[in-house]
Amino acid sequence: MDGMTMAEWLDDFLFTYETLIHALGVNGLLALSMYCVMAVGQLSLGQAAFMGIGAYTGALLTLNLGLPFWLVLPLSALAPAVVALVIGGPTLRLSGVYLAISTIALGEVLRVLYINAEWLTGGALGLSGIPRKADLWLIYLLLFLAVLGFWAVGRSKIGRAMEAMREDEAVAGVMGVNLPVYKMGALVVSAMLAGLAGCLTAHSNSFIGPNEFGFEMAVTILSFALVGGIGTPIAPVIGALVLTSLPEILRPLQDFRLVINGLIIVVAVLFLPRGVIPFRLRRAP
Amino acid sequence: MTVLLSASRLTKQFTGLLAVNEVDVEVAAGSVHGIIGPNGAGKTTLFNLISGLLPSTSGTLTLDGRDVTSAPPYQRTRLGVARTFQNIRMFSDMTVVENVMTGMHTRLKSSGVASLLRLPGFRREERAARDKAMELLAFVSLADKARIRSGDLSYGDQRRLEIARALAGDPRLLLLDEPAAGMNPTETRDLGTLLRQVAKRDITLLLVEHNMGFVMDLCDRITVLNFGRKIAEGGPREVRDDAAVIEAYLGTKVAARLAKAHGA
Amino acid sequence: MLSQQLVNGLVLGSTYALFALGFTLIFGVLRVINLTYGFYFSIGAFVALTVAREFGATIWVALPVGALSAGVVAVVADWILLTRLRRAKAGELASLMVTLGAVLALYSLMAVFIGTDIQRFPFGFVDNTAIEFGGIRISLVQMLIVGTTFVLVAVLFLLLQRTKLGLMIRALAENEDAARLMGINVGLTVAAVSFLSGTLGGAAGVLIGLNFNAIQPFMGEHMMLRGFAVIIIGGLGDIRGALIAGVLLGVLEVLTAGYISSNAKEAVAFTILVLTLWFRPVGLFGRAQAKRA
Repeated sequence: MDGMTMAEWLDDFLFTYETLIHALGVNGLLALSMYCVMAVGQLSLGQAAFMGIGAYTGALLTLNLGLPFWLVLPLSALAPAVVALVIGGPTLRLSGVYLAISTIALGEVLRVLYINAEWLTGGALGLSGIPRKADLWLIYLLLFLAVLGFWAVGRSKIGRAMEAMREDEAVAGVMGVNLPVYKMGALVVSAMLAGLAGCLTAHSNSFIGPNEFGFEMAVTILSFALVGGIGTPIAPVIGALVLTSLPEILRPLQDFRLVINGLIIVVAVLFLPRGVIPFRLRRAP
Repeated sequence: MTVLLSASRLTKQFTGLLAVNEVDVEVAAGSVHGIIGPNGAGKTTLFNLISGLLPSTSGTLTLDGRDVTSAPPYQRTRLGVARTFQNIRMFSDMTVVENVMTGMHTRLKSSGVASLLRLPGFRREERAARDKAMELLAFVSLADKARIRSGDLSYGDQRRLEIARALAGDPRLLLLDEPAAGMNPTETRDLGTLLRQVAKRDITLLLVEHNMGFVMDLCDRITVLNFGRKIAEGGPREVRDDAAVIEAYLGTKVAARLAKAHGA
Repeated sequence: MLSQQLVNGLVLGSTYALFALGFTLIFGVLRVINLTYGFYFSIGAFVALTVAREFGATIWVALPVGALSAGVVAVVADWILLTRLRRAKAGELASLMVTLGAVLALYSLMAVFIGTDIQRFPFGFVDNTAIEFGGIRISLVQMLIVGTTFVLVAVLFLLLQRTKLGLMIRALAENEDAARLMGINVGLTVAAVSFLSGTLGGAAGVLIGLNFNAIQPFMGEHMMLRGFAVIIIGGLGDIRGALIAGVLLGVLEVLTAGYISSNAKEAVAFTILVLTLWFRPVGLFGRAQAKRA
């Protein structure tokens, strides 16, 4: 590192690890998307599907309509939110495992749709050449705001209601919590965050394909929350940071990345039921 | 006497079991009303019907003149119904004061946006809520344990926390499902004192209990259930001497013997 | 031709039914979402393939060997992953997540060692003979698949209804604590259920691998969602339901591929699954579970 200034070194670092740093931010948003629904006790695994909707919406708006990014981004969050509203009614009546299965199944249906609607989505080849408009500062700003938002809301009656629902849903209802509204609200917010993440991914990687938003992605997002924990909003983000950077650190074991991912989930569930970050957000002044 | 809660021909049919069979109950505002009966009589099921945790098969339920037969639990709570549970259902990871503040859910009016931006109005309301919660905790003698994790409390303390949490929503009707369960005589007596003070706060009490002495002491009016049907109703003395009640609890032979002994 | 499609659908459906049987056994009896089940499917196929390639075994040997190996792997894996959770009564969600992680690791491990290329059974593994009538052609392979499915279903049914082990399993399904109090060796029964379901899954793996003559490590994962679809549509823990739903799904998929498009058939299972969950969650034959407040 002789003759290199700090600024040059930083520049170099950012360049080499650009993809990683982008991914860390995006995965942080995805982790929060998962946190949102798990915080009310719902095991909805639709984040990957919502991410896909956001990604395709964003990419298509940019590529086909040439809309400016500041417009594309919120629209990419809106599209999955609308879908969430539509499917939320019947889906949220399910609980536990059935909710998980139905959300994964929906993701798979979407995947088939993406592959079949070639004229729009580029079919199995996906969409490429998406301009790189997702600046780092934007990604991290959104992440920061999201964490802040959850933290603020968490320390209010909404946060208490959410934790109550997670612990004992029936009793939460007896406390006066409007369960259907809270569940739908959580799903919609989760969809918006995932949609944002999808749009940002599309405009960082400049390419998206139909197979990126299926079962494997849903499991990866789940693992962020499992490993990090859901006691506070920062926990799943840390889970995402760890699990995203791990493959980089374990570069020599590249092929085993999924194996390690899987093992981490096993260990987390068996030995760390509360995740790595055991802290809990305080909910009273 | 104004009727606060009225159940008319309330029925709950499970596959293979008629748990509650056309029960009529009227609870007068400001009274302490007890529901007793042998095990399996349908008392807790009736409670679950009243608080909305179970949908009824038929019959109607009216609260202060409003039909709440198919209202979900949160709506009943908004109308002033609160309850405690037979097997204490605490939010164990929350602190004591947080549990009570959760009970205030329906009474806190700050919007989501206000919470998000942490506006002054919102912060004032939260502090006021916390203060009120501390008052309630003092009322049930738990003020010194406010910041303890609820799951770590002793059984008796958890019971009292449940009552504080139920009171937090400013209810008009408090449903208590076996509040004295698992308590020794001293604790039971203290509970009775506490409940009398609750009643003084102009709150109607409806409780299910097994402890005969406790019920007779506390209640103005008692409804007796057996096999899902109402078999007797009235003031404590009436019910205690009622033949059907004696038979339900002690069996026909003993009832007959008692009747003979009393020179019937 | 419609009748040929129906035959093909019946064959495909039989494999789905067989796969679902093992799955519904675990879920219905042990109340465990065991996602590693899909892995047993792949193991069965690969063991059979290896035995056929390395030792020149015929289908009559490879099938049972593959199935039974999967059964053994199932017992071991279930024991490692789920005992701790069972003891802590951790609930369905925890077992879902643990097995999710485990199966991800296992599939990937397999992919690392064996590669993800599609492999095929050796040429001439099964006679290419077929019977033909009325314009329909039914190959030996297809008859084998349907025949094996029905035999295994019958065996399973008899086992559950007529043997002592079957009684123990049914008791366990009803109420684990009561079963334990009655003196039933829960650990042994659980192991037996694992073994049975693993064997069924492994058999299904061999047969599906044979039907499409395509074997790769992640084939089990691909089946899992279909397996879920079948057991939920058929009703949880209901063997009859799994059979009917499996065959139904197979027929529908083949018809969709024939009359709509090959890509669309992928979505059939998931669409019906979602619709079932939304509008009739108990499935065709399921009994509504009473929820206790």
